[in-house]
Amino acid sequence: MDIWTWLSEPLAFGFIARGMMAAAVVGVVCSVLGSYVVLRGMAFFGDALAHAILPGVVVAFLWGWPLLVGALIMGVLTAVGIGALSSRGTFKEDTAIGVIFAGTFALGVAMLSTRGNYTIDLAHFLFGNLLGVSAADLRATAGIAAVILLIVFLFYKEFMIVSFDPILAATLRLPATFLRYLLLILIAVTIVVSLQAVGIALVVAMLVTPAAAAYLLTRRLPAMMLIAAAIGAFSGVAGVYVSYYWNIAAGPAVVLTATAVFLLVFIVAPGRGLLAQHWPLAPKRG
Amino acid sequence: MKSGIYFSLFTSHYKTMTTFLTAPRLTAGVTHEPAAPVLELRGISVVYTQTGGGPRGLALEDVSLEVETGERVAVIGPNGAGKSTLLKLVAGMLKPTNGQVNVYGRASHEHICIGYAPQRNQIDWSFPVTVMDVVMMGRAGKIGLLRWPRRRDWELARHSLERVHALHLADKQIGELSGGQQQRVFIARALAQEAELLLMDEPLAGLDIPGQEQIFEILDALRQDKVTILLATHDLNLAAERFDRALLLNRKVVAYGLPTAVLSPANLLAAYGGHAHMIKMDDQTMLLADTCCDHGETG
Repeated sequence: MDIWTWLSEPLAFGFIARGMMAAAVVGVVCSVLGSYVVLRGMAFFGDALAHAILPGVVVAFLWGWPLLVGALIMGVLTAVGIGALSSRGTFKEDTAIGVIFAGTFALGVAMLSTRGNYTIDLAHFLFGNLLGVSAADLRATAGIAAVILLIVFLFYKEFMIVSFDPILAATLRLPATFLRYLLLILIAVTIVVSLQAVGIALVVAMLVTPAAAAYLLTRRLPAMMLIAAAIGAFSGVAGVYVSYYWNIAAGPAVVLTATAVFLLVFIVAPGRGLLAQHWPLAPKRG
Repeated sequence: MKSGIYFSLFTSHYKTMTTFLTAPRLTAGVTHEPAAPVLELRGISVVYTQTGGGPRGLALEDVSLEVETGERVAVIGPNGAGKSTLLKLVAGMLKPTNGQVNVYGRASHEHICIGYAPQRNQIDWSFPVTVMDVVMMGRAGKIGLLRWPRRRDWELARHSLERVHALHLADKQIGELSGGQQQRVFIARALAQEAELLLMDEPLAGLDIPGQEQIFEILDALRQDKVTILLATHDLNLAAERFDRALLLNRKVVAYGLPTAVLSPANLLAAYGGHAHMIKMDDQTMLLADTCCDHGETG
């Protein structure tokens, strides 16, 4: 079988082509937002937010609403809730996150368990249902992703300043609280649109892994976002092929592809990679 | 310059689209009253609460002072004396529990003419930004929300880097710089911000003598532009020799005025207490005081 047949064969199935496009879109938007998640040390926050969305998804599922609506409401509420709880300074942020994260996740599983046989539904929520993406789902995902990317672009310099030097943000009288919540909400919405692709349990990988790999390859934020987006999109597409030919669940296949790219970069990245650190080609200066 | 192209590609599109969205009041800053002193603190106290509901304490108590335009003030005092708190207060990022901070006669948190060079350990030096990116951040207030830098902003940023002799570093990632270069870049950022009041938190800590000299050369040049400088330091010698005023702080103002008068043995003992060791020599008293500061001092 030549390479073109190999590449085009899965695309003959509409649901696989849709899943691939959805995975690519999710890969791009997660990676761009993920650059801020990595630079601001918010990986745990992202993971917690994803889990905390479960009750919203379950309520929407049980009441027959679009899942996206329930997830969006719950995601924004949780983002604002964690933001408010941790900014009061009573607890350290990771404690506040831990309490909300486990509590809401348990609530979601408990509500779902009232339906009796719930393991298949739960598995879809946890690990995604990439190959079940409908044309309408794909349109909604792409539309929301475009809005997220536009907002990131419009507030590029403000988000950079707030992330790099909050004191400068204060002396420039930037609306720091507004920007902080806006970023939290953007991360929440990004997680929500990624749920169908990779699921609650794995979405943090799409946020963090491509951005972490890109971080090793560049010293500029715009370049980091572009490289991360490329890795994310590649992982989405390549992951679906892996899923098709090796008969692996699609969501985990996408995440494993991103992880493989990260490991490769981690080993061979010029300057910061494992090889370069241990066997530098040129003697270190200074 | 790569970043220049990246930004300017989008500038023209957004000008028309965002004009109506931009709220000038958010970023324009307030006008100055020329007769008022550049900085005036009246009866300032700051109460802090520890994380986890620990004991409340006073970071600053009844601080009142005035600074004249163009003066260079050394802020000295032991660890936890409230030096950083004072600078953050003046910057307007911290509100006093009591009292008032006025810059040119108006509340300090309304100004965008206050530059701040943070303590070294408050910056993530591996953050993927170049020197030019950092300096351009200083322009953000003038550029405004939802807008991109224009030619004048690029010129000002480049000129600011030139003034601190760091234009050749523009494309370096900030983590690649030496300690002295990093401080100069933050001065350049304040210049790009068109700051009239520059607050520097321990900029001299960890610098070698030539590095310190370079900073002072730049500060001397800024004096001609009437830039007022408040600089927190642990170096009492430099405070005595290179500043117009010294502010000796230990939660309260122990002494404020000419450095020679402020740095008297009696004042230093009052500020440093048991941490001061005086050595009497012929006609001089030498003070061995003060542990240094690179370990995340928050006072």
